[in-house]
Amino acid sequence: MSGLFDDAARRLRSNPGALCAMFIILSMVALTLIGPWFNPNGGEALDWSHVASQPALQSAHWFGTDRLGRDLFARTLQGTRVSLAVGLVASAVSLLVGIGYGGVAGYVGGRTDHVMMRIIEILSGLPLIFFVIFLTVIFGRNEYLLFLSIGAVGWLTMARIVRGQTLSIRQREFIEAAVASGAGTARIIAKHVIPNVIGPVIVYATLTVPQIIMFESFLSFLGLGIQEPRASLGTLIAEGAGEMEAAPWILLVPGGFLAVLLLCLNIFGDGLRDALDVKER
Amino acid sequence: MLRYFLTRLAGAVPTLFVIVTIAFFLIRAAPGGPFDQEQTLPPEIMANLQSAYGLDLPIWNQYGRYLGALVHGDFGPSFKYKDFSVTELIGQGFPVTLELGSIAMALALILGIPIGTFAALNHNRVADYATMSLAVVGIAIPSFVVLPFLGLAFGIYLRWLPVAGWEPGSIRHLVLPVVALALPPLSVIARLTRANMLEVLRSHFIRTAFAKGLPLHTVILRHALRPTLLPVASYLAPAVASIMTGSLVVESIAGLPGIGRYMVQGALNRDYTLVLGMVIIYSTLLILMGLVVDLLYAWLDPRVRLVR
Repeated sequence: MSGLFDDAARRLRSNPGALCAMFIILSMVALTLIGPWFNPNGGEALDWSHVASQPALQSAHWFGTDRLGRDLFARTLQGTRVSLAVGLVASAVSLLVGIGYGGVAGYVGGRTDHVMMRIIEILSGLPLIFFVIFLTVIFGRNEYLLFLSIGAVGWLTMARIVRGQTLSIRQREFIEAAVASGAGTARIIAKHVIPNVIGPVIVYATLTVPQIIMFESFLSFLGLGIQEPRASLGTLIAEGAGEMEAAPWILLVPGGFLAVLLLCLNIFGDGLRDALDVKER
Repeated sequence: MLRYFLTRLAGAVPTLFVIVTIAFFLIRAAPGGPFDQEQTLPPEIMANLQSAYGLDLPIWNQYGRYLGALVHGDFGPSFKYKDFSVTELIGQGFPVTLELGSIAMALALILGIPIGTFAALNHNRVADYATMSLAVVGIAIPSFVVLPFLGLAFGIYLRWLPVAGWEPGSIRHLVLPVVALALPPLSVIARLTRANMLEVLRSHFIRTAFAKGLPLHTVILRHALRPTLLPVASYLAPAVASIMTGSLVVESIAGLPGIGRYMVQGALNRDYTLVLGMVIIYSTLLILMGLVVDLLYAWLDPRVRLVR
C-alpha cells in the first residue's frame, strides 16, 4: 500500500505542472479560509455609497462591488468555498456509492455483474442533466439535496473503475484463502476487496472533483443550485454575464476564480492519475 | 445493413417509452401546477382550466391520453405559452439549436482530429505540449465562462463580433456561441486522437508501411487514421450530450431563440407537455447518435459485424 503511494509521490514530484497546480489549489483553499479575516467587508452587507464600483486596492473593496454594493472579494471567496464544499461532499457521495456498487458487481460477477453493468451503461447514455433538473425541481432547491443529486450522478464512472479493480483482485490468493476459511461474500467484499481497491479509487475521485464543481456551478448558473443571498461561483458568473458591458469585473473576478480552480484541479488530477497509472474498467 | 438499421430503430421505441414514462410521473410528482400564480385563481376558474387541459382526470387516464396523442405525433398544448402547441414551440426553436449544435460538432471533429494527429506526430516536443496544454484548458473551463469571456474580448473591447442576439442567416452572431460550445468536445477529441495515434504508430503494421517506403501522409491517412478513430467514434454520443447540455446555457447567454431555454423554464413553470416534449426530442437525438456510432464503428473496423 505504502509502496504505491511512495512511487506515486516520487513521480508526482517530477511533474512540475501538477505540483504548481497543487500549490495554487492549496493557496486558494487557504485564501477562502483566512480571507474573511483580512477583509473588513461581509458577503451580504450592502454598501450603497459604492454600487458597482471598480476594483482598487486602496479602496474598501479590493475586487470592486456588484450592483447592490456587495463586496465582490467576500462574495467570490464565499462562492469558492461553497463550490469546493459541494465538490468534496458530492465526490465523497459518488465514491461511497461507486465503491459499494462496483465492488459487488466485480466480486459477485456472472449474471449479477452483467445486469448491474448494463444498468450503468443505460444510465450513462442518458442526458443526466435532465434528471438532475427534474430532481431539483421536485425536491425544491435544497442545498443538501443538491449535494446528493450531483453525487448520485457522479458515481457511474466510479463504479466502473471499482469493478475493474475488483476483477483483478478477485483472482488473488488472499481472496481464495478467505473463501476457504469460510468468510461470507459480504464480509470478503467489505474486509478484503474494498481496502485493496480504495487507493487508486480515491485518486480517481480527485478527477471527479472538478467535474462536480463544474456541474454545480452550471446548475447554479441556471438558477437551480445555490440560492440568493448565498453565492456560488455559478450564480456570481450568471450575475456578471448580465453586467459585463458596464461592469466587467463582476464577471471577471468569479469567472477567473472558477477557471483557475477548475484548470488546476484538472492538471493536478491528471498528474495524479498518470503517477498512479489508474485504468478505467 | 438496412435490416440492422431497422431492427435498431425498432429497439429504440421501448427505450423511449420507458424514458417518457419516467419523465411523465417524475414531473407530475413535483409540487405545484402549471396554473399557480402570485394571486390564487378563484376555484371555479381553476376547475375550468384544469378540465380544459384534462388535468382533472385520474393520472393514469391522463397518461394514456398523452401517449395516445404522442403516437399521432401530437405533443399537446403548452401550458404556459398560451395559443402555442409544444410542436409549434419546438418546431420554431429546434432549427436554431440544431444549426448551433451541428456546426459546433463539425468544428470539434474537423479541428480536433488533425490537432490530435499533429500532436502525436510531434510527440514530446513543444508542439505536443502546447496543444495538449490548450486541450486541458478547453476541457477544464466550462462554456458558460468561456462565452462571456469571449464576448467581453471580441464583442465589447475589440468590437469585432456581436456579443449576443440573433438574425436569421447571420453567421457573425453564431461565431462566439459555436466556439464556446465546440471547445470542450474539440479538446477531448484532440486528446483521444493523440493518445490513440501514439499507440497505433507503435504497432507492427505501421512499421511495415514505413518499411515499404510509403510517405508519411499516406501512412497516416491510409493506415493509421482508421484504427485511431475508433475511440473517437464512441465518444460521439457523449459529445452530443455535452453539446446539448452546453446549449442550455450558451443559448441563454447569447440570446439565441433555440429550444435550450424550454427545458429549465418548462420544468420550473410545471409546463408538463413542454418538458416532456424536450425530453423526447433530446432522448431521440441521443438514441439516433448511438446508432450512428455503431454504424461508424462497423465502417471503421471491418472486424465488427453488425448482424450476428
